[in-house]
Amino acid sequence: MFSRLFENVSRRALVLLGALLVGLFAAPLVASDYLLTVLILILYFAYIGQAWNIMMGFAGQLSLGHALYVGLGAYTAAALYVHFGIGPWIGLLVAVPIAGLAGAFIGYLAFRFKVGGVYFAILTIAVAEFARVGFDHLTWTKGSGGLFLPVAQYAQSDLWLLRGKPVMFYYILLVAVVLAFVFCRALLRSRIGYFWLAIREDEEAARSAGIDTFRYKMIAVVISSAMTSFAGVIYAFYYNNLFPEQVFHISRSIEIILGPIVGGVGTLFGPIIGAFLLTGMSESLIAALHALGIDIPGAKQVFYGFCLLLVIAALPDGIWPWLSRRIGLSEREK
Amino acid sequence: MPFDVYLNVAVGGLLTGLVYGLMALGLSVIFGVVRVVNFAHGEMMTIAMYIAIVLFSALQLDPLVMLVPIAAVLFCFGYALQAGVINPFITRPEHSQFLLLVAIAIIIINVLLIIFGPDAQSVQTSYSYDSFQIGKLIVDATKLYAAAAALAVAIALYAFFQFTAIGTAIRACADNYTGALVVGLDVKHLYALTFGLGSACVGAAGVMLVLIVDVTPSLGPAYTLLAFVIVITGGLGSMPGALLGGVLIGLTEAMAGLIFTPSAKSMFAFAILVLVLLFRPQGIMGKKAA
Repeated sequence: MFSRLFENVSRRALVLLGALLVGLFAAPLVASDYLLTVLILILYFAYIGQAWNIMMGFAGQLSLGHALYVGLGAYTAAALYVHFGIGPWIGLLVAVPIAGLAGAFIGYLAFRFKVGGVYFAILTIAVAEFARVGFDHLTWTKGSGGLFLPVAQYAQSDLWLLRGKPVMFYYILLVAVVLAFVFCRALLRSRIGYFWLAIREDEEAARSAGIDTFRYKMIAVVISSAMTSFAGVIYAFYYNNLFPEQVFHISRSIEIILGPIVGGVGTLFGPIIGAFLLTGMSESLIAALHALGIDIPGAKQVFYGFCLLLVIAALPDGIWPWLSRRIGLSEREK
Repeated sequence: MPFDVYLNVAVGGLLTGLVYGLMALGLSVIFGVVRVVNFAHGEMMTIAMYIAIVLFSALQLDPLVMLVPIAAVLFCFGYALQAGVINPFITRPEHSQFLLLVAIAIIIINVLLIIFGPDAQSVQTSYSYDSFQIGKLIVDATKLYAAAAALAVAIALYAFFQFTAIGTAIRACADNYTGALVVGLDVKHLYALTFGLGSACVGAAGVMLVLIVDVTPSLGPAYTLLAFVIVITGGLGSMPGALLGGVLIGLTEAMAGLIFTPSAKSMFAFAILVLVLLFRPQGIMGKKAA
C-alpha cells in the first residue's frame, strides 16, 4: 500500500515534496504570531479545498454549498461541548455522520432525479442557505446570537479538549492536510478514482460502460462532506464563537472553492497552492494598502477581485498544471 | 387574524413577486441564450438601485420616470461586460465561468461600498405612503406601480423576442449555436445584446425595488440567490415561468413572514426550490429536460 503511493513519482518531485514538508513542520519555530495565524488559515483552506476537490475535481459535481458541512461540523462539536462537556474528538464522531448524511441527502435528491450541472450547484447553495436561516432560529445553539465556547488563558495545550495555543491548531491542520493529500492520491489511483474521472469526463459514456454513476457520485459527495466537517470542528475550537450568519453564509462557500479553482481543479496540489496564493495575496494586499496609508473599507476586496480576474483569464486550468510544467514535474504538453 | 389581513399581505406579496419575476427574467434570458450563469446578477441590480438613489437625492428625479434611462445604462454595462470579459469564457467549463462572475461580483460590491459606504439608503417619494382601497382590500400604491411597470417591461421583452428580426436571431443562437454560426449570425454580438437585455431587466427591477426596500452594497448576493430560486422554480428558459416563479416566491415569502416570522421567510423559498427539484426538476413551466 505504502510503496504503491510513491509509484511514478520522480526523484525530483520527492525532494521538492520533502523540502516543503520540512519547511512547513519547522515554520512555527521561526514564524511570528501573526504569520502563524496566516499559516493556520492557509492550511485550513488547503484542507477544505482538498475535500471539495473530491466532489468537483474528481467526480465533476460542482458544490457551491460546502459551508453547510463546515457549519454542521462546527455546530455539532461546539454544542456537544457547551451542553454536555463532550470533547471535540468524540464530537467529531457525531459531526462526521451528520455532515455525511446531509451530503447524502443532497446527493440523493439531485442524482435520483438527474439534477446536474448548474441545477445541482444551486441546490447545494439552497440547502446551505436553508441551514443558515434554520440555525438563526435554533435556540439550542443560541440562534443568531451566536454560540460561544468558554475561553481562558492556557499555560499548557490540551490536545484532547483542543484548548490551547494557535501552534497546536497549526500542527493539527498540517497533519490533516498531509493525510488528506495522501488519502486523495490513494483515491485517485484506486478503482473508485478511475470511475470518478470517467463520470467527470462523460457521464453518459461512463454509464454505458457499466459504471453505477449514481452510486459513485454518492460516494464522492459523502466522502467530501464528511471530510469537510472535520475542518468545521477545528474552526469551532479555534475561533471559539459561531454565528450562523458567518459560518453558513454563501461567501464562506465561495471562499472555500476559490483556492482549488485558482490552484487547479482536479489536481492534488491545486488546493494547496491556491490556498497559499489567495490567502497570501489577501494578507499582502492588507499590508500593502496599510503601507500606502489607504484605509478605505472595500479597497482590498476590489484589488482581490481584479487579481482573481487576471489569474482566471491567464491560467484557465489553474496554477498547478502550469507551475508543474515550469518546475519540470510534468510533461510540457499532454 | 381576520381574513382580510391575509388577503392584504397576499396581494402585497403578489405585487412584489412580479418585480422579483422581472429580475429573474433577466437571469433566465441570459442563461437561456448565453448558457452562462450570471453570479453577479443581484450585484448588477444594486448598481441600478444606487443610480436611482443618486438621481433622486441629487435631482429629485422619480425612480419610475428614470426607469428606461437606468435600464439603458445597465444594458450598456451588460453589453460591455459580455463583449469585453465574458465572451472568451463561453466555451470554458462552468467552474471557470463561475469564478469569473464571482470576481466581477466582488468588484461591484466593494466599489459600491467605497463610493456609498455601508449604511442603508432609501428613496421616499411623494406617493410612498399612498394606497388604494377596494372594499376591505388596501393596496400599496408603490407596489402597484412597480408591479405594473414590471409587467410592461416583461411584455415588451417578450414582443421583442417574438416579433423582431434580432429577437428571432437571438432565439436561433439559443436553439442551435453551431447552426447560428453556419447561417452567418454574429453570435458574439448577439450574446452581448442578450446579456445587455438581461442586465436591463434586472436594472429595471432594481429601480422598482428601490421604492420597496432599503439599499446597501451587500444586498447583491441575496438577490442573486433569489433570482436563481425563482428561475429554477418557474423553469429555466421559460419567460412566463420566471414571472410565475417570482409571484409564487413573493407570495410564499409574504405569507411566511406573516404566519411565522419575517426573518425565516427565505427558508420557505428554499423549501419550495427543493420540492420543485424533487417533483418537477424542469420547473413549473419548463419543458421536459432532454
